[in-house]
Amino acid sequence: MKSKLVAEHLNLWFGSKQVLKNINIEFEENKVTALIGPSGCGKSTLLRSLNRMHDLYPEARIEGHIKLDGREIYQKDVEVTDLRKRVGMVFQKANPFPKSIYENITYGLKINNLVADKATVQKALEEAYIWEEVKDDLKKPATRLSGGQQQRLCIARAVALRPEVILMDEPCSALDPVSTLKIEELIHHLKKKYTIVIVTHNMQQAQRVADKTVFMYLGEIIEQGDTHQIFNNPQHETTRNYISGHFG
Amino acid sequence: MQHKFKKLAPIVEWGTLLLTTGLVCFFLCVILYDIFTKGYQVLSWEFVSQMPTDGMTQGGILTPIIGTVFLTLITAIFSIPFGICCAIYLNEYAENTWLTRTIRASIRNLSGVPSIIYGLFGLALFVQALNFGTSILSAGLTLGLLSLPYIITTTEEALLRIPRSMREAALAVGATKFESIKDVVLPASLPGILTGIVLTLSRAAGETAPILFTGAAFYITNSSGNLNQEFMALPYHLYMLSTQHQSIEEVRPIAYGTALVLIIVVFLMNLTAFYIRYKFRNNEK
Repeated sequence: MKSKLVAEHLNLWFGSKQVLKNINIEFEENKVTALIGPSGCGKSTLLRSLNRMHDLYPEARIEGHIKLDGREIYQKDVEVTDLRKRVGMVFQKANPFPKSIYENITYGLKINNLVADKATVQKALEEAYIWEEVKDDLKKPATRLSGGQQQRLCIARAVALRPEVILMDEPCSALDPVSTLKIEELIHHLKKKYTIVIVTHNMQQAQRVADKTVFMYLGEIIEQGDTHQIFNNPQHETTRNYISGHFG
Repeated sequence: MQHKFKKLAPIVEWGTLLLTTGLVCFFLCVILYDIFTKGYQVLSWEFVSQMPTDGMTQGGILTPIIGTVFLTLITAIFSIPFGICCAIYLNEYAENTWLTRTIRASIRNLSGVPSIIYGLFGLALFVQALNFGTSILSAGLTLGLLSLPYIITTTEEALLRIPRSMREAALAVGATKFESIKDVVLPASLPGILTGIVLTLSRAAGETAPILFTGAAFYITNSSGNLNQEFMALPYHLYMLSTQHQSIEEVRPIAYGTALVLIIVVFLMNLTAFYIRYKFRNNEK
């Protein structure tokens, strides 16, 4: 299996607090990798370092390597906007632009100088399983959609750019069970084309959607491997305690 | 005894609050009633469409109306772009250092400086140093300076209300920081910014002190519309008719009429701000 995205000896500090400690991990192409662990273990921080979202915050300091297709993403000659086009992101709380549904999809295309016609919009919305629900309301403000629909619109927005990797930061934590199920189905379908990294608090969800699971604790990776192995035969005491619900 | 007091206390508390509120409203109503009843008689189409004649004892107030409109326009052209750009810099780009905090505190303090100080400053800077003379340009720029702190502060507050997740959404699809501000943050905060601008301008339109030495004229018969000319403005016209005119008793109705027009203009501007907020709030749902 080919590794799409690799982190080597990654350390990250917010001010003087070290949040990630010597992270070594490979994300395989066309697989879903779940990052699990208790709150504050650094899983969202790791996810956000993969598309350089920490660039915004001057107090964040990063050491080590992250490579996309073998190329260092934190090098000076890498355009961060180009990287974020290749590594899309879906956030914890649906955050559609305060624009129409149609413009939510076309905005990213336009600023990246890509074709932003109706066919492209339709394709993206179809891929995110939301086309049927919104095809007659494309001009309506995206904020009028339900929470689950908004989150699928955000996935469509990411997918429209034809990224190679999609990062998902607890995409279902604010959604009801039916919407959650729809998004999980969508993830199954998306992994045929994209490499997916998903942060989740929900261990059932990790088992349902992920091929690989990474367990993090206090800024370190404790254990990683096939999802089945992590949940049925964990090698570490901490992993065992966490997945059996002793803490978290 | 104590039981009785406990029963009585809420009524006393409620009564005190109601009384103070009522008192404030009462004075406001008396002022408005006084101006309306006395100004109503002279209010007519001729009053707002004719120039003052016969040493301002006859005719209307068209010249001051035009003056105030142009003055506010100059103020807007100067203060809106500078104010918004400054607020964007402070809120989006400037790092949180002591320098930024000092600048921000200074801007907050500037909004508390009495407007007559702005008048003197405008006289020194625009009229004399930059040699614009006593003109509508000098007065407009002076009012612009007065408006800047308000526009910066309200714009900053409007920008602050846009959640971080909205900025990140734009960045995540490959927008640069500038694009994310221009395309997502600014449009989303526009209702707040516009409301602040309209309220600030309505306040500027009613100011007298800053235009006193910078360009407002006692009486001019022709308004050519040149930037370097003196002008008549509603608040100054009112001040002058009520205190400086040689036959104060005679022009009193015109003074009340002017006051009424000024109040109506300011009220309409406030109504616009209210409408903007109302409309955008409904759109968001």
